[in-house]
Amino acid sequence: MNQFQYVRPAEVPAAAKAFTKGPNTHFLAGGTNLIDLMKMGVVVPERLVDINHLPLKKIEKTPGGISIGALATNTEVSIHPLIKESFPLLSLAINAGASPQLRNMATVGGNLMQRTRCPYFFDTTMPCNKRVPGSGCGALEGINRMHAIFGASDKCIAVNPSDMNVALTALDATVHVTGLKGKRAIKFADFHRLPGEHPELDNTLQKGELITSVDIPVSPYNKNVHYLKVRDRTSYAFALVSAGVALNIENNTIQGARLAMGGVAHKPWRLTETEAFLKGKPVSLDVFKQASQIAMQGARAYEYNKFKLKLAPNTILQALTTAAGLKA
Amino acid sequence: MKKETIGDSLRRVDGRLKVTGGAKYSGEYEVPGLTYGVLVPATITSGTVTAIDSKAALRAPGVLAVITPFNAIKVPGYQPEAPTRIKGLKLFNDTQVYFNGQPIALVVADTFERATHAAGLVKATYQSQPHETNFHKNIEKGVSPQNNKDYVRGDVNAYKNAPVKIEQEYMLPSEMHNPMELHVTTAFWTGDDKVTLYTKSQGVISSQRAVANAFQLDAKNVQINSRFVGGAFGSSLRTWPHEIAAIQAAKMVKRPVKLTLTREQMFTLVGYRPLTIQKIGLGATADGKLVGISHESHSQTAAYEEFTERSVNVSRFLYDIPNVNTLYKVVPLNVGVPAPMRGPGEATGSFALESALDELSYAVNMDPIELRLKNYAETDLEKNLPWSSKYLKECYQKGAERIGWSNRAAKPGTNRDGEWLVGYGIGCGAFGAYRSRALAKIKLMPDGSVNIKSATSDIGPGTATSMVLIAADILNIPAKRITFELGDSSFPVAPTQGGSATISSVGSAVHDACIALKQKLNALAGKVEDSNDDIDYAKVLSQNNLPFLEITQESNPNEEAKKYSMYSFSAHFAQVYVHPLTGAVKIKKVVAVVDAGKIVNHKTASSQMIGGTVGGIGMAMTEEAVFDDRFGRYINGNFADYHVPVNADIPQLEAIFIDRPDPIINPIGTKGIGEISLIGVAPAIANAIYNATGKRVRELPITPDKLI
Ligand SMILES: Cc1cc2nc3c(=O)[nH]c(=O)nc-3n(C[C@H](O)[C@H](O)[C@H](O)COP(=O)(O)OP(=O)(O)OC[C@H]3O[C@@H](n4cnc5c(N)ncnc54)[C@H](O)[C@@H]3O)c2cc1C
Ligand code: SF4
Repeated sequence: MNQFQYVRPAEVPAAAKAFTKGPNTHFLAGGTNLIDLMKMGVVVPERLVDINHLPLKKIEKTPGGISIGALATNTEVSIHPLIKESFPLLSLAINAGASPQLRNMATVGGNLMQRTRCPYFFDTTMPCNKRVPGSGCGALEGINRMHAIFGASDKCIAVNPSDMNVALTALDATVHVTGLKGKRAIKFADFHRLPGEHPELDNTLQKGELITSVDIPVSPYNKNVHYLKVRDRTSYAFALVSAGVALNIENNTIQGARLAMGGVAHKPWRLTETEAFLKGKPVSLDVFKQASQIAMQGARAYEYNKFKLKLAPNTILQALTTAAGLKA
Repeated sequence: MKKETIGDSLRRVDGRLKVTGGAKYSGEYEVPGLTYGVLVPATITSGTVTAIDSKAALRAPGVLAVITPFNAIKVPGYQPEAPTRIKGLKLFNDTQVYFNGQPIALVVADTFERATHAAGLVKATYQSQPHETNFHKNIEKGVSPQNNKDYVRGDVNAYKNAPVKIEQEYMLPSEMHNPMELHVTTAFWTGDDKVTLYTKSQGVISSQRAVANAFQLDAKNVQINSRFVGGAFGSSLRTWPHEIAAIQAAKMVKRPVKLTLTREQMFTLVGYRPLTIQKIGLGATADGKLVGISHESHSQTAAYEEFTERSVNVSRFLYDIPNVNTLYKVVPLNVGVPAPMRGPGEATGSFALESALDELSYAVNMDPIELRLKNYAETDLEKNLPWSSKYLKECYQKGAERIGWSNRAAKPGTNRDGEWLVGYGIGCGAFGAYRSRALAKIKLMPDGSVNIKSATSDIGPGTATSMVLIAADILNIPAKRITFELGDSSFPVAPTQGGSATISSVGSAVHDACIALKQKLNALAGKVEDSNDDIDYAKVLSQNNLPFLEITQESNPNEEAKKYSMYSFSAHFAQVYVHPLTGAVKIKKVVAVVDAGKIVNHKTASSQMIGGTVGGIGMAMTEEAVFDDRFGRYINGNFADYHVPVNADIPQLEAIFIDRPDPIINPIGTKGIGEISLIGVAPAIANAIYNATGKRVRELPITPDKLI
């Protein structure tokens, strides 16, 4: 571990300003990801801006929905009555992640920003384009069992590891940020990016921009929901594949559907075409089977993750049937 | 006053200390002038270190030394002329690198953080050589280990010619030793030729010998303390090179050195259950009588040291099979050396044998328990000796009852509960019941309290508790008047805690010491020696003007035992639910039934069974060290990615003991359960999963991708 400066501003503008001072500055929230990366030598900051004293913890109703402060912990969000009532999918997704101890520390902003768990990214003796651009991708011809089946590039096949993000993309959230150039709002689907030629960039946040809140608009997707995470152990393991499903069902007809997958792409993978297919269809196993196949369009596997080509549609199918209350 | 007897459930005598933080582990001793050592691992997999640049590290604050192959003082026991040469890796003795992660330098500083920081500043230059780490590619290079004798009984080809034949290959990945407590050694020299260690050890006497050999010291000048051990499972059976390095460093900096491994280093430096591929050929008649078996095993070992275990032996004696052949080879690779891991090779072997037997049961359309009964071994055909005791049939019966075996569907994939497929499985095992020489010193104090000392260890089973219970029973006094001390090499000699033999060996010494004390007291009280009348111990002392009474008793295996084959036996039963779409497995229940002779303390014995079963669930379902051969490194050397089972993976577990004394092994009739608790768990689960799904998984762990 190297030596670094540590500052702890109390106001948002001061936090943004602190960022401009050092060349290699990082915000520190719950620290559950950043501190690990520092210990491994993956991130070597010269300056840490501890944002834990910023007033960004509120979870509150807004005219159009709910606003979640960037520093609300994962636990606070998942047990909040407003969230459980209006966005149960988010609660389920958060609770499927990490462990209670981690969720107590982890923040919404930090979860959004967490880095991939690709083992080659974590080990500084190995090549990784995301860690050191141009050094090569260790996973491409390595042990890529946990890696992407959608939207990867030959530069990087890593996945976004978050469970929370799967729900947030399905729920059409908006990320609010503040930077030196002022505030802006980013649609959730545009927040994370695909690796393309620049896997070192996980998202579209500009240097020094601070996430202040995540807003979710009201929607009818609060009844028939399910978050299904398939993993190597029952708790405290990242997803092999996960599926977040929310259906708006009336009279046995799907009025609208929201679907996203985790553990399959560099970003939380929203399934808009599958959603369009489901709209107006009756609730039936057959329809769900077709939907789960549509969801797989464009999938491509690597040496060790071929099982995902089968596990992913199975997981969607199971999540849909559970959300709809159908017996498989 | 209530007096406890063997067979009771005594609470852990050190339980309170452990849960209140009062138990002091080896990493918690504050020695004046303590310094901290941090190892620098090699980042190549094979080759030599050509230079080490320590300048930046030495300039860093608080750093006292950077010890490398280029400046280390010689460890006398490492030198070719040493009378008793140390086996295995010799750290800093030469520049050879045998595996990735091998320590190439040791930084010593005044704080752990400063040592860690400086370790990152050490720059090594290497001359790399091509490395061989791929087991599958190198399996042909397997060698028959020294002292290994492959085994043949009857006709080697018998199984091939049998009416029903199973020929399959089973794979077990490397499973890493990861006890909760990290490995730690605090070493300090108390004179030119005198050294003291607080170290994590399963055997303080064997540690004493190893250190004495390494530094060519008189054993009595080496003091080893290991009072509390936070789990070891076989990873502390030997004295590791980094422990020797800590002693070496203490000599060089002339101050005490504490060296704690990091979690990541636990994946390379303290051994593991080696990757093993086993081929089983099993032949039977159409009605399920076994005709012959062939069991071949290839295991990974280190290029610099041969590690062997008994993965094939179980096939020679567990069932009544006239024709048997076993073959065992090890494949040397550029990896760290393996070590025994709870249930060691026996657990590995039982996964293959018990899976194959399950496959056969379906092939001959026979209930797996029936099949086992049909081939029940009434004597040990390998040693050609009668069993000292064997109640495996009773294990089958009790376990079948408790798991609800009658609900098992004979046809796989046909038993459903809602969306879930339900299955039942059985897996059996055996582990040698051993006993070796042990000593105990018993001291009766004027207040009637008793203290017993023996240089044994407690890596978790609750050794002191069982010993207190034995003493309470024989001396006929309350347990709370008795204390038992261990983990100190100055105490009377006892064997290393391993191979499930502590209760048998040290328990016998305690038993014999108590009898000796009682006889002495009876004599002093003017009674016949073996009188069982209550006597007031304190009174006898005062009447005879004795300040205390102390006896050191040696206890040895009996001659009679040579005429018998002695084993503990187990039958594990599992009930599982499998989701056909996602491959998710819920283990609903595991019942572990054990014939381990007389159970001394039910409470700690049950805990031990539960712990072993959890280890078996890890082996079956989650644990796998994943290696990238291109780099020669593990890619999951941390607790986020290397999956030990968590509470949510563990169902209701039940431990059942047959609890009938073995008439031969020792005066108490107890056989030991540490290993047997894990042996057979993995095949029970794999077999249950087959019963549920019709999918036979022959490569552990059974992750969801293998079931969809
Ligand atoms: C062992 C383990 C298992 C886990 N399992 C799971 C799992 O199964 N599912 C899952 O979803 N997650 C899992 N996690 C990840 C966990 O959810 C994240 O570590 C956590 O959400 C990060 O939040 P944090 O507040 O601790 O972030 P930090 O570690 O403090 O920060 C993470 C990153 O976010 C940046 N950041 C933080 N806040 C802001 C902000 N407001 N604006 C801009 N940038 C910011 C930091 O600069 C840093 O780069 C696991 C983590 C561990 C260690
Ligand atoms: S997949 Fe991405 S993160 Fe992983 S090694 Fe390749 S570039 Fe790095």
